[in-house]
Amino acid sequence: MKSRIFFIVFLLLTVVYKPFSQEGAHGHDSHAAFDPGATALHHISDANVYSILDFIRIPLPVILKSDAGWDIFSSSRFSVGAHEDGTQAYNGYVMHHGSVYRVNDHGFPMNGQARIDGFSTKVEKVNGKDKDIHYVLYQARSYRLDARSTLDGGILGGGITSFMDFSPTKNVISMILVSLLLFWLFRKAAVAYKNNPDRAPKGVQGVLEPLVIFIRDDVAVPFLGKNYKKYFPFLLSLFFFILGLNLFGQIPFLGGSNITGSLTVTMVLAIIVFIVVNINGNKHYWSHIFWMPGVPIPIRILLAAVEVMGLFIKPLTLTLRLAGNISAGHIAVLSFIGLIFIFGKSGESLAGSTVGTFLSVPLTMFMMTIELIVAFVQAFVFTILAASYIGAAIEEVDHDHVESIHH
Amino acid sequence: MLFTLVTFTPFQPTPGLAIWSLVIFLLFWFIVGKFAFRPIMEALEKREVDIQDAMDAAKNTRAEMANMKAENEKLLAEAREERSKILQEARDMKNQIIAEAKDKAKEEANHLINSAKVDIENQKKVAFAEVKNEVGAMALTIAEKVIRKELKGNAEQENFVNNLVKEINLN
Repeated sequence: MKSRIFFIVFLLLTVVYKPFSQEGAHGHDSHAAFDPGATALHHISDANVYSILDFIRIPLPVILKSDAGWDIFSSSRFSVGAHEDGTQAYNGYVMHHGSVYRVNDHGFPMNGQARIDGFSTKVEKVNGKDKDIHYVLYQARSYRLDARSTLDGGILGGGITSFMDFSPTKNVISMILVSLLLFWLFRKAAVAYKNNPDRAPKGVQGVLEPLVIFIRDDVAVPFLGKNYKKYFPFLLSLFFFILGLNLFGQIPFLGGSNITGSLTVTMVLAIIVFIVVNINGNKHYWSHIFWMPGVPIPIRILLAAVEVMGLFIKPLTLTLRLAGNISAGHIAVLSFIGLIFIFGKSGESLAGSTVGTFLSVPLTMFMMTIELIVAFVQAFVFTILAASYIGAAIEEVDHDHVESIHH
Repeated sequence: MLFTLVTFTPFQPTPGLAIWSLVIFLLFWFIVGKFAFRPIMEALEKREVDIQDAMDAAKNTRAEMANMKAENEKLLAEAREERSKILQEARDMKNQIIAEAKDKAKEEANHLINSAKVDIENQKKVAFAEVKNEVGAMALTIAEKVIRKELKGNAEQENFVNNLVKEINLN
């Protein structure tokens, strides 16, 4: 039985990742050979189309804003093909590797559809930094493309460009799906508790109850004390939202959404935690940040600087830790699968592919198991840190204790 | 050209995804928090309180049962003691009544005996008196007869009679 399952997984992995092997033969200028880095990056990036198994493509709505105004249409307008590359341009927008780009070049038809012939990528120096610049091939001429605007101010290779993308992307759709699924599960459990309050938990209740009690007894109560009830739904929301998204991203062949590995999502969650913490911060909390009691004044000034930095470093670490862990897991899994194509010389050598597969499958399975643990651990860590920050902000002053420190 | 990774797009924060995830998480927090987490939280809490109450009640009942048993035993012992006391009293009373009855009977008997003695004494006295009278009369008669036959002088006779009478009286 075990060996049969192993064999099926083996077959599926070989079949499903077959399209990788065409990467080299697709006519990319700089990607003549299989590039595991770019492939992994493509697979963990957000997309404006929802691809399952790289051949079922569900078009998503596209909402774009540029100098020319708003453009709202379905991504099926791009006639998305292999590698989530569009074969049509629409209103000056094209789709490359699942993302929308805007032609920022004269001479390209900026209204209606236009048949395009492919893409190329060059690494160019922009403001002294290396940057991937994509070009679209249209009627035997390359046109420079603008990526969508990002909020990193150029630090992470993005910046404000000629358009903004407000589309409900693959990540957004995944988030909505996971939210609805979680709502359905928890509502079912809540109704079961309401209808049979005196019966032992059954079914979905039995699965969720230990987790809920775990968050209550090991996260909420130790950090928040007896006032935990006010913040408990927030902590549960954080934990299950992150856990649900982590696990959803782990499901193979279902789009492999890298939602919690996306810095934007974790940043938003961390900002919400930051707001919840600082809205509820009491006098004691703020006094310990700006005017630490019980130390000499020069040290107070120094500590204030450190504490104010800490105020912002806390959500920053929350953001980076979660996104980094989940993205790293996805990259590791994709890299191990990429071994098949590296050994197989991008599909030229069947023997190489076989060796690569025998190497890749156990490693991938091992990695995916680790990732399941990481999914739980990271959701737990995010929640427990949020609870500890809230706990520090609402901590009541023990006057006797403070007095004894002062003297 | 392996690993030509310049722009790491997942780590570029995009305004669109930020707005969507903000809205989705806030809705999730609000809706699931209100309609699922809060009821579950309350149900769990209520159940724990109920379990604690039930356990406390069981403990109390057990203690009460033990108390009642002790009390029952105490009552039983008391009842037993009471019974033996009553029995003892009854026995004492019986003995007392018997003793009293005996005393009374003895007294009555003595009384009867005494009155009988007095009666006897009286009867004796009467009998003696009668005998005396009878003897006196007989003596007189005898004396008369004796006198008629033998006596001559009165004085000697009278003395003699008086002496006789005195002798009789002295008896």
